[in-house]
Parts: sequence; C-alpha cells; structure tokens
Amino acid sequence: MNKELKILGIVAAFTLILYWGVEPFAHSQMHKHVESNELVYDGKADIEEAEAKKDEALVEKKKKFWADVKEIAQLKGDAVAGEATFGMCAGCHMDGAANMGGVTPPSLDHAGALYDKNFLIALIKDPAMATNVDHKYPNGTMSHPMGSISSMVSASQDIANVVAYLKEKKAGEVTPKEAFTEACSRCHANRYAKMTQLGDIPKTKSNIKTGQDIDRMKYDQKVATEQGALAEYLGKLPPDLSIIYRARSEHFLETFLENPQGQLAGTAMPRTGLNHEGMEKVMEFLAETGDPSAPARAIAGPWVIGFFILFTLLAYLWKNSLWRDLH
Amino acid sequence: MARIENAKSIGEWLDQRLAVQTLKRVLQTEYWIPKNINFLWAMGMVLAATFGILLVSGIFLLMYYNPSTDLAFDSVNYTIMTEVGYGWLWRHIHGVGASLVFLIIYIHMFTGIYYGSYKKGRELIWLSGMLLYVLFSAEAFSGYMLPWGQMSYWAGMVITNLFSGGSLHADGLVEWIRGDYVPAQAFLSRFFMLHVLLLPLVIIGAIVFHFGTLRIPHVNNQDGEDFDFNEAAELYKNGQKKESKVIPFSPVFLSKDVFVMGIYFVLFFYLVFYHFEFAMDPVNFDPADGLKTPTHIYPEWYFLWSYEVLRPFSTNVGLIAFAIAQVIFFTIPFLDRSPNVAPANRRGLFHLWFWAMLVDMLVLTFMGKLPPQGIWSTIGLVAALVFFALWIALPIITKSEKKL
Repeated sequence: MNKELKILGIVAAFTLILYWGVEPFAHSQMHKHVESNELVYDGKADIEEAEAKKDEALVEKKKKFWADVKEIAQLKGDAVAGEATFGMCAGCHMDGAANMGGVTPPSLDHAGALYDKNFLIALIKDPAMATNVDHKYPNGTMSHPMGSISSMVSASQDIANVVAYLKEKKAGEVTPKEAFTEACSRCHANRYAKMTQLGDIPKTKSNIKTGQDIDRMKYDQKVATEQGALAEYLGKLPPDLSIIYRARSEHFLETFLENPQGQLAGTAMPRTGLNHEGMEKVMEFLAETGDPSAPARAIAGPWVIGFFILFTLLAYLWKNSLWRDLH
Repeated sequence: MARIENAKSIGEWLDQRLAVQTLKRVLQTEYWIPKNINFLWAMGMVLAATFGILLVSGIFLLMYYNPSTDLAFDSVNYTIMTEVGYGWLWRHIHGVGASLVFLIIYIHMFTGIYYGSYKKGRELIWLSGMLLYVLFSAEAFSGYMLPWGQMSYWAGMVITNLFSGGSLHADGLVEWIRGDYVPAQAFLSRFFMLHVLLLPLVIIGAIVFHFGTLRIPHVNNQDGEDFDFNEAAELYKNGQKKESKVIPFSPVFLSKDVFVMGIYFVLFFYLVFYHFEFAMDPVNFDPADGLKTPTHIYPEWYFLWSYEVLRPFSTNVGLIAFAIAQVIFFTIPFLDRSPNVAPANRRGLFHLWFWAMLVDMLVLTFMGKLPPQGIWSTIGLVAALVFFALWIALPIITKSEKKL
C-alpha cells in the first residue's frame, strides 16, 4: 500500500510538472503581458507608446490632449444645457442611421452607463486621439468619420455639458445584448447570436413555390454593402465575435478593449472606452454566445463527479472483498 | 455436427453452440495474472476504457458533425455546443479523453520500460503497443483537423509539409497527401474518413492483437520474477490462494482495475466539467484562415517532444532526427542488451538512463511549445542531442550490466 502511494506520488508529480510546463508556463512566455489600467482613461498608455516611437512632437501633443481632458472633467456639467447641445450629436447618432465614412454611427441610448466619463470627454474633443487611432489620420482628425464634431461641439463647457447629459439621461439599466449592440456590433457581427453589423437578422419567409427567400437576399445584400464599406475603412472586415470568448483569454479581451494598440500595435480597432459596468456587460454577452454551456456544466458537474466517487467507493469494497484472502 | 441436446437453461443452450463456458474460462477465470503488481498494471484497462469513451462520444459527435470546409467549424462550435442537447458534454469528453489517453499511454509505456516488460519473449507486446502509439498519434492528428479552426489548418499545413522531405522537394507527394495545393475540402474529407473509419478499425484490430501478444509470455510482475504459471495456477485452483503467485483476470484482477478506473474517472470528469480548456487550444476557436498565419503554431502537448527533436536542427537534419525519434522506441527490446528482467532501480546505470530519458523528454516537451528563441532554442538543442546520446548509450550500458 505504501509502495503504491509512493508510485502514485511520483506519477502525479511528473504529471503536474508536465501540465505546468505546457500550460501556465508556456502561455506566460508566449504572450506579451499587458497590464490593465483598471479602465482609467488618462492617456498613460498613449503617451508611453508615443515615447517609444521617439516622436517628441507626438508625445507633447498627447500629453496636452489628455491634460485638457482632465481639466474638462473637473468642470461642472449642466445636463439641461447639454441636452440642447446633444441635438447636434443626434443628427447622426439616431435609429436607422446611415453609414458615414465607413461605419454607421452607433446608438447612444446607454452611452452614459457604458462608457467612462473621461473617455466621453476625450471622444468629443478629438475622436481619433481618444480612441488612440490618430496614426490612421495623418491629415488630421477632420478625416475621421466623427471628425466634424469639432466644428459643432468644441468649447470645454459644452463638452462637459453633453457628457453630464449622457451620464444623467442616457444611462439606466442596460442588458448584456444592448451593451454589445451599442459598443461592438457596428463593426463586429455575432453569427451565433444571429446578429450582423446591421443588428438582429430579421425573420423572413421563403416563397413556398420557388423555395427562394427574396427578403433575406435583399437583407444579405445590405449586409454585404455595409461590410464592404467597413472593410474599405478599416483595411479588413473586423472578425465575427461569436466565439471570441473561447479564442482569447478574458484578460486579453479586457486589456484589448481598454487599449487595442497595447495588444496589437497599428490596429485599426478603436479604443472602446468602456467603464467597469460596460465591460462586465459586454463580457457577459460574449460569454453567453461563446461559452453557452457554462450554466449546464455547473448543474451537471457535481452529479457526475458524485456518481464516480460513489462508484469508486463501491469498487474499493468489491476489490477488498476479493483480495482479502490473497495475502 | 456437434451433439446438441435439449438445453435446460439459456446458458447451456449457448454453451452447446458457442462454448461460452470454455471461452469464459480461457479469457477470464483461468487467464492468470501475477499477484505481485501495483496500480500501474491497471493502465491497460484504463486505456481500454478511455478508448471506449472516445468511441462512444465520437459516435454522438459524428451525428452532427459536418465535414465541409464551410460548415465544419460552426457544426462543432455552434450546432454541437448550443443546439444539440448535451452536445457540449460529448465534445468536452471527446477533447479531454483525447488528451488523457496520451497521458495514460505514456505512463503505460514508461511502466513497461521501468520494469523491463519488453524482454525475453515479451518483444511483441512492446512492438504491438508501439504500433498502437503510432496509430493513436495518427488518430489524434486526423481528429485535430476536423473542427477546421486556425490550429487545425496550420498544423495540417506544417505536418503535411514535412513529407516534402526537405531538400528532396517531394512537393508532388505533399499535394497527393492533401489532394490539393493547400489544405482544403479534399484534405478535410480524407482526414475525416481516416479519423472516423479507417484508423479506428485498425486500432481495434491492433488492440486485439496487443491482448493476444500477452497470452503466451504472460504479464510481467513488479520484480521481473520468472515463475511457473501452471504450477501457480494449480495452487490457486486448489484454494491455496495465499501461496499462489497468480490471480485470475476476472474477477480478481479486474476488481482492482475497476477501482483504479473509478479514481481515474473522478479526475477525468473533474477535467471535463471544470478544466477542459487545457485540452482545447484557444487558437482553434478562430476559424481556419489560409491568409492569416497564427503567431505561434505548436502541436498538442503529446507531440511536443518529437516536434522539439525536429526544430533545433537545419531542415534536412531535423527531418531525419524527427523520423528517427518517431520510431526509436520500437527498438528498445533490441537495444537493451541486458539479460535482466528487473525493475530499473536494480539495474545500475539503466536506472540512471530511465530517469534521464524521462526528464529529457519532459524538457523537450516544454521547449517544443515555447517560441524557438534565445535560451529556449539552446536548451531545446541540448535536450535533443541528449535524447540521441541516450539512445546510443543504451546498448553500451546494458551490455556491461551485471547479471542479477
């Protein structure tokens, strides 16, 4: 018996060392570790990246930009005045908005709940700088699809007012699906949730005599057009996110959403500016579509393992009854 | 014709036609196994059980899997995982089982090496076992292609490329294997056929053969002791169970196997429910894309040691080293020149050889996954050279071994 336990110990030790080497250790060496900034949008990573490029002018520009953002954040915003100014935003950010310069402006219905205050300020001030994709606009932010905002809302107090309005009136309870729709789905489809860049795939019917579904064909054509515009604007079609939850670690996804450049330098993916609540909801949705069996596993797991523990105990008694008179 | 009389029971009726009593005696109650064994002797039946689990879970998955390059990925990741009741359970069982079957194979192999269970008439047990190892490797590789994710596609690309033979530039052979210039529909269809039909058939045949090779030379025991099985069997049959050195396969040996299996299944299902990610690489959850090479391409853990034997050398040398590594374990009964059948700890230098080989293969496995850069490359190269040095040393140190 003691000898068997000793052998078991050796086998278990080798197995665990093997596991450690090919899983945690290998993965820690293979992937660059990016520290999370705890979803604080203060431009720290942006400035460090500019410093790494040894571009003095860019470093100064970034420092000044994020210092300005910090200053605006200290102003007291007036939500009522903000609502009037928000009319400018609603001209593009509305239901049934059309594609503008490659991407369809997202709904802002829950912007106050999903996004960080400092990020929203930065976004209105300069969308390319805020989302850390200014390297894509060498001719200035005006060529960004949202670039014209600077000609509409530019005074610090106006920005503070609009953000105060969003935080007060465009907040409220948000479902995981709404979070995904507003923060991600303008660029990313999720086919397992039956969503395209244009939202939920509508229910259509085939003509029973021909077997053809003309409404679906028309919809598919609209999706293809939208995807074509996106691919043209971003350089490639952003990936479908149905199962991204299994393809990347949660830490990768969170730090990537916080600052895409940190994980994938040069990417066209803009920073999302999600706050803790927004991140949690988006992750919840990605987990639902990417790992839908989690609730069923939690229910069945203890029963199956319990069964095998009982099985083992009974097998032990059986074995003992047969081996008792052998030695 | 045999003499058939009115049977008084179903058992008797069957016995008259199938000789079930004789079969039961020959295969179970009078198939003698040494008593002096430990739980490592249960690994064979644990393997048989794991193969059974893989077969059953595979049959369930096969009902919904769609072997087309357009639909394969979603049939696995959406249909089976979301729409099929408990589809996720069968998939996780299949994935975890495929990984654990190799863990048990390696334990089974190194048990055989430690106790010298490949010598003196037991060579065919070892050779048929190694044949099973190669067949399981082919089965694992072909199965890995089926979800048609990024790692399926690129592993398929890399491994089939090996057949070009480096400087031989046998590109025609590679195309013939793939059925196309790159892995595509023809490639997926044939690996699907191999995985669900041809290889499982051959594996079942090889398992039967492996069992058959055990019969005449008998199973080895913890001390490598050579004793008269007939004499021991007589003692047992006369009720002198304490004095006898053997036990019947069924039910006595099997009862311990079932107990060990129980412990194994607790671990198995713990992994299935709570820790399955280790067996399902994240990279393979991105759909296959021939235009986007993943940053790191590496095989599953059980192929890493031989992959690392390939990597640190130049193309041609690496391929030769890799080819040798694939078959070198077949030769152990012939390279081990010692007459002793005994556990390694009583065999002097061979004891050292055993642990050196085990640790070296562990190091190769670690390095096989890490990116081949800097210090990792150097360690990998040294470990690969040590691997070959150990095989060259084996006949020399065993030849000079003292007879026990």
